[in-house]
Amino acid sequence: MATLDVNGRVHEVHADDATPLLYVLREDLGLNAAKFGCGLGQCGACTVLADGEAIFSCITPISVVQGRKIRTVEGLGTAEKPGPMQQAFIEAQAAQCGYCIPGMMMRTQALLERKPAASEADIRAALQPHLCRCGTHMRIVRAAARAAELMRGKS
Amino acid sequence: MAVALAVLTGFGGCASERLQPIQQPPSFTRELVAKGAELAHLGNCMGCHTAEGGKAYAGGTPIKTPFGTIYGTNITPDANTGIGRWSQEAFARAMREGVDRDGGNLYPAFPYDHFTKLADEDIAALYAFLMTREPVRQENRANQVPIPRAFIGVWKSRYLERGAYQPVADRSAEWNRGAYLVQGLGHCGACHTPRNAMGAERKDAAFAGGEVEGWHAPALNSASPSPVPWTVEALHEYLRHGIADLHAMSAGPMAEVVHDLSQVADADVRAIATYVASLDTRSGAERNRAREAALARARASKAVQGNAVYDGSCGDCHNRGRGEEGGALELPLGTALTIPTARNLATIIRDGIVPSEGERGAWMPAFAGALTDQQLTDLLIYLRALSGQPAWPNVAADVRQISRGH
Repeated sequence: MATLDVNGRVHEVHADDATPLLYVLREDLGLNAAKFGCGLGQCGACTVLADGEAIFSCITPISVVQGRKIRTVEGLGTAEKPGPMQQAFIEAQAAQCGYCIPGMMMRTQALLERKPAASEADIRAALQPHLCRCGTHMRIVRAAARAAELMRGKS
Repeated sequence: MAVALAVLTGFGGCASERLQPIQQPPSFTRELVAKGAELAHLGNCMGCHTAEGGKAYAGGTPIKTPFGTIYGTNITPDANTGIGRWSQEAFARAMREGVDRDGGNLYPAFPYDHFTKLADEDIAALYAFLMTREPVRQENRANQVPIPRAFIGVWKSRYLERGAYQPVADRSAEWNRGAYLVQGLGHCGACHTPRNAMGAERKDAAFAGGEVEGWHAPALNSASPSPVPWTVEALHEYLRHGIADLHAMSAGPMAEVVHDLSQVADADVRAIATYVASLDTRSGAERNRAREAALARARASKAVQGNAVYDGSCGDCHNRGRGEEGGALELPLGTALTIPTARNLATIIRDGIVPSEGERGAWMPAFAGALTDQQLTDLLIYLRALSGQPAWPNVAADVRQISRGH
């Protein structure tokens, strides 16, 4: 049994301590934004935030994140009222198949919370652990830069 | 004795003669430049002379030593800020005597105690290579070492053994080639040999393991901590590709060395492997016993369950072994678990093993952010126990230091 704080809501979860956070998010809590890509921390599709740090949820057991504030794309806004990160990715039309995008968004979120005036070089460096097989990298970088503007309150 | 030492130190403290500048670099044959390019890789010259994100061979790389930070210098042929005015004689003198063109002593972070062994023709080739690089105008950064350069003369008189490599008669040509490269240009001992209080390599403990930039460079002699003892074949594979069956992949400064060795003649890598393997003089039977014990421990570790962090973060890959897709080395076979300090393993877990930008290479994800210092400390203690070695001292303190960025 573990207690997890996800997007500001506290959940009691019945799962083994070694269970990857990703499985609990998707299967127990129904939060399907974070994706299962490789299961080995190689592709970044499962990235979520724990106390503001981007982590691979597929190789992070729930025992490790108890007591930390976990955030997923569901916590950034809704379809009706997208948050600045989501708005930026919509404006830039950064998704093709979209599978990698939630991870990209959460990694960018972590970067911009730490460094609101991140440069394009910062964005590229931060997104290094993420793969996109469609090849929308240029739009993703543009979306990340746009998110920085929106988060600084620029319309 | 006292008089002799005084004479020696007095002599060593003297500044050397200033050598005349040249007007412009001479021309070289294509073959000589190509040979120099390979030698520059064998010497890992870029490691110190190219800064992250900087221009090739333009220097500025910080090298942290126990005595302070020294910056790699600009060795491009720029006339004002590089070595564009250096004659080959001046270059050879720097390599062998640790003296710059003006006659000033160079700090022995520049490993002239190794380069002194180089043959004339190799120095000529390196000179040809460097003098044909793109000149970069970039001032050298001032070293932050509170030791006057005059003192270096004393250091040299005690620790610099001048003279070219002398082949060992009863060894093969391949072994001698390896010894020449390892002891000379490759300067392997600069990291893999422990240093004394004066910062000189301890000749009585050659290849017994050393410290470099926050990493422990494992022993290469009979005290090698490698759970499965190295063979010529495994070393060749590792030095060539950064990964070998039954051994952990290269990380930290060694990953750079491997990257360099991927650019040189295979025969030279094999020669280095031949020489390094010979440093471990344990009997075949003893090495076999160590190998079997390590393999048994690796098999047993796959069955062990019960550490949630290991099972959730490491086990998915490391329990599979290299044989399976997505599989990684069983951890009891990893040298990072058996060396005397937790620092290498802590650094690898935090930062992962990531090829340099745009390059292919061996890979492991970083766990920075996922694991707290306490969780990382607990995991290190658990992994050390898997290796069957006595507990590490000061794991928590090491982790705190590494979290703060070494």
